[in-house]
Amino acid sequence: MSVTFTEDKLKKAQEIILRYPEGRQKSALLPILHLAQEQFGWLSSETMDYVAGLLSITPVEVYEVATFYTMFHLEPVGKHVIEYCRTGPCCTMGGEEVFSHLKTKLGIKANETTSDGLFTLKEVECLAACGWGPCFQIREKYFMHLTNQKVDDIIEELSK
Amino acid sequence: MANNIKILTEHINTPGIETFEVYRKTGGYNAVEKAIKKMSPDEIVEEVKKSGIRGRGGAGFPMGMKWSFLAKPEGVPRYLVCNADESEPGTFKDHYLMKSIPHLLIEGMIVSSYALGANKSFIYVRGELMYVVRILEKAIEEAKAAGFLGKNILGSGYDLELVVQPGGGAYICGEETALLESLEGKRGNPRNKPPFPAVKGLYQSPTVVNNVESIANTPWVINHGGDEYAKIGIGRSTGTKLISASGHIKNPGVYEITLGLPVDEFMNSDQYLGGVRDGHYLKAVVAGGSSVPILPAHLFYKTANGEDRLMSYESLSDGGFPTGTMLGSGGFIAMDETTCIVRNTWNFSRFYHHESCGQCSPCREGTGWMEKVLHRIEHGHGTMSDIDLLVDVSKKIEGNTICPLGDAAAWPVASAIRHFRDEFEWHIKHPNEATKPGAVFMGAEILA
Amino acid sequence: MENEVPLIKVTIDGQEIRVPVGSTIMEAARQIGPSVAPPAMCYYKPLQGSGGKCRACLVKVMAGSEKDPRPMPKLVASCITGAQDGMVVENFTNPEVVEARKGVVEFLLINHPLDCPVCDQAGECHLQDFAFENGVGEKRFVEEKRTFEPEDIGDKVQLHMNRCILCYRCVYTANQLTEKRVHGVMGRGDHAQISTYIKNSLESDFYGNVIDVCPVGALTDKTYRFKSRVWFSKPVDAHCDCDKCSGKVQIWYKGDEVIRVTARKNQWGEVEDFICNTCRFEKKKTSDWVIEGPSKIARNSVIAQNKYGLNQGKKPEYALNYAATNFKKIDDSREYNQNLDQIKKSEDYKALMQKNDKFFSKEKSLK
Repeated sequence: MSVTFTEDKLKKAQEIILRYPEGRQKSALLPILHLAQEQFGWLSSETMDYVAGLLSITPVEVYEVATFYTMFHLEPVGKHVIEYCRTGPCCTMGGEEVFSHLKTKLGIKANETTSDGLFTLKEVECLAACGWGPCFQIREKYFMHLTNQKVDDIIEELSK
Repeated sequence: MANNIKILTEHINTPGIETFEVYRKTGGYNAVEKAIKKMSPDEIVEEVKKSGIRGRGGAGFPMGMKWSFLAKPEGVPRYLVCNADESEPGTFKDHYLMKSIPHLLIEGMIVSSYALGANKSFIYVRGELMYVVRILEKAIEEAKAAGFLGKNILGSGYDLELVVQPGGGAYICGEETALLESLEGKRGNPRNKPPFPAVKGLYQSPTVVNNVESIANTPWVINHGGDEYAKIGIGRSTGTKLISASGHIKNPGVYEITLGLPVDEFMNSDQYLGGVRDGHYLKAVVAGGSSVPILPAHLFYKTANGEDRLMSYESLSDGGFPTGTMLGSGGFIAMDETTCIVRNTWNFSRFYHHESCGQCSPCREGTGWMEKVLHRIEHGHGTMSDIDLLVDVSKKIEGNTICPLGDAAAWPVASAIRHFRDEFEWHIKHPNEATKPGAVFMGAEILA
Repeated sequence: MENEVPLIKVTIDGQEIRVPVGSTIMEAARQIGPSVAPPAMCYYKPLQGSGGKCRACLVKVMAGSEKDPRPMPKLVASCITGAQDGMVVENFTNPEVVEARKGVVEFLLINHPLDCPVCDQAGECHLQDFAFENGVGEKRFVEEKRTFEPEDIGDKVQLHMNRCILCYRCVYTANQLTEKRVHGVMGRGDHAQISTYIKNSLESDFYGNVIDVCPVGALTDKTYRFKSRVWFSKPVDAHCDCDKCSGKVQIWYKGDEVIRVTARKNQWGEVEDFICNTCRFEKKKTSDWVIEGPSKIARNSVIAQNKYGLNQGKKPEYALNYAATNFKKIDDSREYNQNLDQIKKSEDYKALMQKNDKFFSKEKSLK
């Protein structure tokens, strides 16, 4: 299975590469991995090899980076990836209860995907929204001031 | 000192302030005009030095001094990199500032880049805040269209390109050299220092890395002068500071305070946090982000000498580590009596274990070890010797690592044991009680 | 001498040395000798960019330089910290350093499997030496050790990730010696691991060198696997005509059989001439080599045990006989408790002292 960016994404990738001084195109790696994840949902080794080709770097350099940063999914994920914050401030704001409710609601544990492939749950560290916690993130969107009720509503909405 | 000046957040609630138009109407980009048309780069550096502003990312290093260290060899580009990788638990001020009033940061970036002679500057935003990246990119487009960015800014011949770079989810990239590595498309492993970024930073060129809030202060400094800025605040803590408050308080959120504000007023007045939530009382405070030492309530309000504590770099660190803490990044976490300190310490410890880059041995192995021991204590399998073990391990990490993450991991553990040792002992002695859901040690002397 | 590099004076553990400007503390210490040289688990002089990671070589700088004699607040990694003129460094003599180093040993060992009895590196393992010389004998880590899934990285090099201490040396080696690195450090924190990620095998003429640079048994030679304990084999320097590398190697014999070939290492365990895979893995016959003679082995090395003498490998009875016939019986008939004054008056004693004086004054003038 060959992996290629859509035309839009390819154009965007080329724009990104041009932002950096000459010979420093490796700087574009993180933004382009984000771009790849947007299109493919997760980063397979084929995707990473493709990105390596775009930037003329060795594949292992991409693997090293992709495995270092926690935002990159290295395995297939569900349609909605819920990344909830498990760090101290969110917990003091009531996070532990809300997220155990979330887990019961979805019937899965952290780092699992629901059997219908709709939701993947991921535990992450501080999302820099402590005072607005408990919070989670689905793609680029932040959901803050969560309560059990709000969690139910969000899941309901996304399940439609 | 009683002044209630708002340097960063004066217009933050103005509707539409995220657009160039509204921002410009409130006096935005005046600093760019003034700087580029009337001031030389050295004059700006001088003003920033005079202002006495200290780095707002956590270390509190004087910003003007950092700027003056920048090497300026001929023919080598210089870079300004804005550190917007805000990830310290308890801190969300930069997030708030960037999403609400993005042009303030852009304006600051322009004048700072001009002062440092940088023609390409970067804003490294943590990857989770991708929506903020879009906001900033839009603001940059607007500024460019208005002639404040790009080639030949305001006809001065000065060029500046701003690039917003998303991270990938790594707390360690908040460390400046790790950030530079990440910006170069590598793993966020902090570099060995020296050489410091001021000599060899991004792409091995001289680089200044500053926090969002620090940079956002520069337009005001240019508009009003460094001397005016230095008048605000107290002693060497000049200016205002954004405090992001979370935890068991009535009004969590981001506040801009004049440095030197009494802690009591900040904590209890309705203008600020409004006190602890009803029916509860304060047990402990983490005043500057999870990595600073935790303080029990009585030491938080008053120093060991019985003086009232103020929200300033000096007052909060009064007493050193035994009885003081740090202002850090301004991540203020208040905990009431329902908080289990052991659980909280374990939680922070897990964070540092998760975020250690794994490069140097004390941090890589030590953070994991501390987390495991704390996990054991929290879950009723601790032994008395574990407490001393934790103290010893934290000592062996502290100061022996490549970057300050080791210290940041060691301090919360060491300070929690220092101030709440009886709570740890209770956990170990009474595992059955301690592991009941919601069980909290209530025997400590707590002054509210 | 033209282009002479100016020298600076550095004092380490009370011993002075003059080194060229630009030397690191580690280089200066090594120049004095092993008695003051800090241990190094990640630093590897021939590999560019290595060092600074393991924190084994932390030292205390008591005086930064002649100009600025203030001490440095934190311990510094001697392998990457430049020496300054007039710098005073404490290494083994500083309790803070000794304590920190105990910590580093402990940190490196908490997740390291104690499988030395079946590890091919045992006997030439830097972690063993480091732990023995700088560590403490007891263990405080009661948690389960971290483990990794085994990964096959080819038919020549065996990867034991559980033993790895993440020194990054093998990564630098691949960067420096091969055109396209296929392995690297994946993941982060204490779950960071050496891997190819996609189950690739290491293929390059020089990949075998990762075995020699590895300080522990994480990367070992598959063709040598479980063939012998290192102290039962005998290293011999040899060379051959090789069009890829210098061909200067050490071949290791067990009996008459060549069981492995490695590059030659210097006093600090560092390879100066990296060798190619053909020399390392293919040439396992004595006839492939021109023998130069037995390798120089430090007397305190386990590799030196029971070798190079006559009749090695004989049974203990023989050793006893050998000792009985070859060593003089101790003459125990002399008087004890002699008067010290008498001794001091004796001509022998005076001559001895004179000799000593001469020796020491010569030492001094050398400095």
